[in-house]
Amino acid sequence: MSEQAGKLRDFHSARWDEPLLVELSSPGRRGLVPPGVEPEIDADVGDIATLVPGGVLRMKPPALPELSQPEVVRHFSRLSQMTMGNDVGNDIGQGTCTCKYSPKVDESLARSARMTDIHPLQDERTAQGILEVLYRTRDFMCEISGMDEVSFQPGAGGQAVLAAAAVARAYHKAHGQDESRNEIITTIHSHPVDAACPAAMGYRVTTLMPDERGYPDLEALKAAVSERTAAIFMTNPEDTGLYNPRIDEYVEAVHAVGGLCFTDQANLNGIIGKARARDAGFDMCHFNLHKTFSSPHGTFGPGCAALCVTDEFARYLPVPVVTGGPCGYRLDFDRPETIGRVKDFVGNAMVVLRVFSWIMSLGSEGLRQVAEAAVINNNYLARLLMSIPGVSMSFGYDERPRLDQVRYSLQKLCEDTGLSSQDLQRRIGDYGLQIYWTSHHPETVPQPFTPEPTESYSKQEVEEWAAVMARLCQEAYETPQVIRTAPHNGVVDRIDESFMVDESRTCVTWRKWQRMKIADAEVPPKM
Amino acid sequence: MLTFIGVDQVEELYREIPERLRLKRPLDLPEPYRSEYDLERYVHGILAKNVTCDDYLSFLGGGCEKHHVPAVVDVIVSRGEFLTAYFANAYTDNGAFQALFEYQSLMCDLLDMDVAGYPLTCGLHASGTAVRMAARITGRSEVLVPATMNPRRLQQMRTYCQHSEVARIATIAFDSASGLLDRRDLEGKLDSDTACVFVENPSYLGPIESQMHQIVEAAHSRGALLVACVNPISLGVLASPGEYGADIACGDSQSLGVHMNYGGGATGFVATRDLPGHIAEFPNQMVNVTRAGAGDSVGFTMYAYPERLSYRARELAKDYTGTNAALWAIANAVYLSLMGPQGMWEIGETIVKKTHYAKRLIATVPGVALPFSAPSFNEFVVNFDGTGKTAGEINEALLARQIFGGVDLSEDFPELGQSALYCVSETHAADDLKRLASALHGVTQ
Repeated sequence: MSEQAGKLRDFHSARWDEPLLVELSSPGRRGLVPPGVEPEIDADVGDIATLVPGGVLRMKPPALPELSQPEVVRHFSRLSQMTMGNDVGNDIGQGTCTCKYSPKVDESLARSARMTDIHPLQDERTAQGILEVLYRTRDFMCEISGMDEVSFQPGAGGQAVLAAAAVARAYHKAHGQDESRNEIITTIHSHPVDAACPAAMGYRVTTLMPDERGYPDLEALKAAVSERTAAIFMTNPEDTGLYNPRIDEYVEAVHAVGGLCFTDQANLNGIIGKARARDAGFDMCHFNLHKTFSSPHGTFGPGCAALCVTDEFARYLPVPVVTGGPCGYRLDFDRPETIGRVKDFVGNAMVVLRVFSWIMSLGSEGLRQVAEAAVINNNYLARLLMSIPGVSMSFGYDERPRLDQVRYSLQKLCEDTGLSSQDLQRRIGDYGLQIYWTSHHPETVPQPFTPEPTESYSKQEVEEWAAVMARLCQEAYETPQVIRTAPHNGVVDRIDESFMVDESRTCVTWRKWQRMKIADAEVPPKM
Repeated sequence: MLTFIGVDQVEELYREIPERLRLKRPLDLPEPYRSEYDLERYVHGILAKNVTCDDYLSFLGGGCEKHHVPAVVDVIVSRGEFLTAYFANAYTDNGAFQALFEYQSLMCDLLDMDVAGYPLTCGLHASGTAVRMAARITGRSEVLVPATMNPRRLQQMRTYCQHSEVARIATIAFDSASGLLDRRDLEGKLDSDTACVFVENPSYLGPIESQMHQIVEAAHSRGALLVACVNPISLGVLASPGEYGADIACGDSQSLGVHMNYGGGATGFVATRDLPGHIAEFPNQMVNVTRAGAGDSVGFTMYAYPERLSYRARELAKDYTGTNAALWAIANAVYLSLMGPQGMWEIGETIVKKTHYAKRLIATVPGVALPFSAPSFNEFVVNFDGTGKTAGEINEALLARQIFGGVDLSEDFPELGQSALYCVSETHAADDLKRLASALHGVTQ
């Protein structure tokens, strides 16, 4: 380990105790003057009341706050300083999210007027630039997945899974089996949307639990498949970081009964260019362009998912599909068997542009280095973390290398100290690291945490992350009160989470917050 | 690092992937541009093939609109802290949570509703979500939508609602003179299985729906909910969903400070009143305000009603949720903070006046008709039947004059003949509108 790693940061976050906009508001202030109308228009059309009948005009102005422009800029700039984006923080803890650096040149291209100021319904001949970007990125996705056709319409992974469930419906309907095939099988370590989206499309969902080695139980799958099976929706590698070496046997078992196979490639990062969904027999897969392919996540979107399918399923993809040919790039709406659409227009085109630029900066060799650096970082971090007392690795710290991430457990530490993974999670921000991800639900690993040190982090940054975890565990054993009362130097004090179990305390707007504050003030304090 | 891990080659870390599943060749991808300058030049070269809505005069709308995006909005959403945060966490990202809470609050102020959550991926997604919520709230399974509805919205709704709580989507006719909803047809179709009446206001074809109070009353009298799908930039001047008694408001807020981005600026919203049975049906995340620390400070955190979300409940969730359009929600919040009530009034007034000015100018073009009598907010149908030309031919001729004409409606609404949907915004000057009218004079001859 480098010398630097032993020394932890003396970190303190920005903490502005920033009021709400309504609290800053003062009558008569404003931040912007919108364009008015020329006198000739005014003279011609007259007053708005003569144009629009009285009954449809707003009676009371909206209760929006009134602020000057500098107030607005300072308010939101302060809020941004109380946010630890990837540009300032170390996101290694955010496993399953594949947090990586988003090159600024890609952002600057996405912000150019030739991207931002084009309308999705303008004549295709005037949008050849973006259509070329979409079409060629489609080619890249086909090469990386081994599939034949792609839709970028889904706004994120969940929407791609929803579209895949709709494709399964359309396929079985075309084969006269939509009513009889009403089950989709998933695995407990697949992303929750792999269960939720089939259910949202009316499927009964069966979930496979892991065997003692951490893989979905293959025997249970063989027992579960039947003529009622519409498809399997599964992740590989799962959030455990384990590549399932028998993945093709799962595919065969489902295909054998006439079901389809979709793989959620949220965890692609470590295997880009190493193993492809198509080569394991899958019919469909999706990639998260805002994770694996570096588009920034913007606190939770806009993202984009590439839904990739084999030729047999291309006819069902949402419309429009981008096509290329001697007459230029086009949007093809004439697809009679389409599932319809899951999102407006072609999807988040500016995300695809960033990805196009990213891949054009890396090429095949660069993408190989992305995958390998991510896997090296992950196994290096594993070695460091496994030397920390109280930390264990889910499903055995054995001969199997993990790929992009690992789900660890603090169960031993919890038994020894009474402190939970969530307690330590609250403390990690005090050292200038982003809060770590515990686990998707349900938690199959007790007291979980799931770091994912992608290719974007240096050896020193990986070591820093491990050193902070070591310090947290040391504190848990030696000075547990420090952890119990954390955070200490974060953007905010310990938050009252009683609303989580008391629905009457739920409050998602300032209107209600004002009402609650008044109501609380009227209740005399308990003696 | 490899030595520390205990392997000689990185390939050893891939030993769990069997040979038969390995890709045994490099990916076949183009040679990369390793220098930033070369890359930028190359990609700019491709983007140069796009004609922007500044290069040409544009009257395209239909669910994505060109509006002025204030400089402040671009500055804030470009801040690396917001742009590159994955997902807000209570103790490291409370600023982002507060920004999203402000968004929820501002949207509810504008809509006169009480409850909103994180955005949805687009207005279509929001509409589908809203009608599925209405079906769950009422326990009924039919949705009534206007026959004039945005055809992409209907397409998405049919995809999204198949095999769901919504068993049927039926259409309500419209009055061909005014363009407004045919209330007699609505009354005939409302029954005890109607979960909601879904109304676009303004309608996709432009008319401002002036019968909202009566439509709400009709829906409520049969135990159905009213879902109002609105263009939020209209709400400084037009009656809000809360004012006319809508139960659920939804739509797309791209118009509030987000660039078009070839449709990537889309961002959906859903809002309801503060009724526990309604809040529990939201499938998306919400930011909650609560006390933090011992003093008077507040903090923000996620997961109001965690058990309804697919993250927790998996297949038992109300619906699915995931990455949406949070950065654009921050853009919306900045936009509304800058505008305030006065700014929203002024921009609405400007748009209404310019739209009616454009309508008057276009109505003077021989052979061109404006089929609907109802007032518009920012969009209106122009019919070219009297010119002997198709809407496509008109647009082709306008394109040669560097004008993007309105969205061609002839395929989606054959009953309207050769018509197009024109969209006007505050960015059009009187001269731009005169240039359009003059071009139409020229191309219709």
